[in-house]
Amino acid sequence: MQFYLDFEKPIVELEQKIRELREFSTENVDFSSDIKKLEKKASKLRDDIFSNLNRWQRTQLARHMIRPYTLDYIQHIFTDWFEVHGDRNFRDDPALICGFARLDGDPCVVIGHQKGRDTKEKVYRNFGMPNPEGYRKALRVMQMAEQFGLPVFTFVDTPGAFPGIGAEERGQAEAIARNLREMAALSVPVIVTITGEGGSGGALAIAVGNKVQMMEYSVYSVISPEGCAAILWNDGTKGPVAAEALKLTASDINKLGNVIDNVIPEPTGGAHNNPAEAAALVKKALKAHLDELKQLSGEELVEQRYQKFRAMTQMTEAE
Amino acid sequence: MAWFRKKKAGIAPVEQKQVQMPEGVWTKCKNCDEIIYAKEIERNLNVCPKCDYHFRISARERIALILDEGSFVEMDSGIQSIDFLDFKDSKKYKERIKATIKKTGMNDAVVCGEGTINELPVAVAVFDFSFMGGSMGSVVGEKITRAIEKGLEARAPVIVFSSSGGARMQESIMSLMQMAKTSAALAKLKKNGIPFISVLTDPTTGGVTASFAMLGDLNIAEPRALIGFAGPRVIEQTIRQKLPEGFQRSEYLLEHGMVDMIVRRQEMKERLSQVLRIFTKS
Repeated sequence: MQFYLDFEKPIVELEQKIRELREFSTENVDFSSDIKKLEKKASKLRDDIFSNLNRWQRTQLARHMIRPYTLDYIQHIFTDWFEVHGDRNFRDDPALICGFARLDGDPCVVIGHQKGRDTKEKVYRNFGMPNPEGYRKALRVMQMAEQFGLPVFTFVDTPGAFPGIGAEERGQAEAIARNLREMAALSVPVIVTITGEGGSGGALAIAVGNKVQMMEYSVYSVISPEGCAAILWNDGTKGPVAAEALKLTASDINKLGNVIDNVIPEPTGGAHNNPAEAAALVKKALKAHLDELKQLSGEELVEQRYQKFRAMTQMTEAE
Repeated sequence: MAWFRKKKAGIAPVEQKQVQMPEGVWTKCKNCDEIIYAKEIERNLNVCPKCDYHFRISARERIALILDEGSFVEMDSGIQSIDFLDFKDSKKYKERIKATIKKTGMNDAVVCGEGTINELPVAVAVFDFSFMGGSMGSVVGEKITRAIEKGLEARAPVIVFSSSGGARMQESIMSLMQMAKTSAALAKLKKNGIPFISVLTDPTTGGVTASFAMLGDLNIAEPRALIGFAGPRVIEQTIRQKLPEGFQRSEYLLEHGMVDMIVRRQEMKERLSQVLRIFTKS
């Protein structure tokens, strides 16, 4: 199985060569100067490639097969994590995980989309596409956070809410809509991190936060590039063109000014290149946001969140 | 020289003489295929007299139908979309906006204002599907939010008549954010005890359904309207099977508990009036 993207191939090959040289090195044969040279070359190559990524390549990085998922971040950032299950109505949704943990000792709620690594887990997690019961479970847990006065951290990484017959039957739209309304009214701090794919309403349903931040190589959009291409050009393979048009990368969205608060830089080569370092950077940002929000009362938190989303608009007003 | 020669010319195709009909005198019903005198449909509030199919109507027609005559005062009509992303598909978004404004005579896909229903004051927002498929971008989201805020300020019930394909792709992330913005405004309305009625008409899908349209204290649908989160085509492609008959229609949503009632166009005004009088104890 291939664990790298096409544009990562030259770097991966060079690293393979370095590894081989290391293995061949013995006390008698010294490759250290060659290794150093190659390492320098690899680092330059990586910088070159990563500083010139187009929007489609960034989308691919956001969906990278070895990109850290919510459970990876939880493992690195929090302690005392325990997961809770079910919406008390229909079933548990493994595509959206909810639980409690501690952030440097402080109790909190953690909610996030979860994708699978291998085929079996991918199917089990429904490729990170929640059904209505996933959103209803998330709402149940968020309201528990309010009950106990705990801050909520959400991690967003989904292609979108699942479009299926059962999902429609059980009210996918209603579940998302209700979350939007109820999240807006939560009296505890809500801090949102887009870690991978921010896929439309399915992402937004856990992303109405006091603070919203994006990882450097994450994307956030009203529709997937493929879906957009299928509708506008009648051709789902034109995803790369649609990605450019949708301006869906973290830096694009940051430029709009008021949609997200900050972009978290990723380790060179992307979060998958060093998940521990990526998680440490996320943790630092989470703590800074939480410290700021702790100063606000419940009412002020609701108002700050309301004004934040209220201001999101781009239009002209003639008399 | 042949001893037998054809004396007459071959059969020439007769010039097709189509009966010239004045445009729009007859309309074919999309549902029952019946050819009906257009005026008759119009007299019947754009509902097919044979099969009760509800044709899509413009925002203006809907307002005339629901609000008391002369009571409607439009607000925020001057707001227009801008192409802040330089979005281009087959046409630049900037040009698409301009052309659609010219074609429809509207500035965007929703008309908002205040008025009365049987003398009860209400704030209303009415979608017009003819403006880019009723899609929601910044302008639609802003106008709906302002309509809700108007209801909040005047303590008047808010009614939204939806007819929309969902969020507007040309405004990408900003369209998505309108879902959160409008829903957050509804949270305030609910907290203040003011009724919100969502009327779902054909079609209501995507980001509009997944925000305010499903958040009514009552969700009321017109008969046979297509209402859903994902469009039928997307679902068919995902699960690779044909969808059941009547899937995502009003009747299906009623059966599954997603709408409170189905109300025919002819009875909509009286029903809204009855409901709101009970909700506002008047």
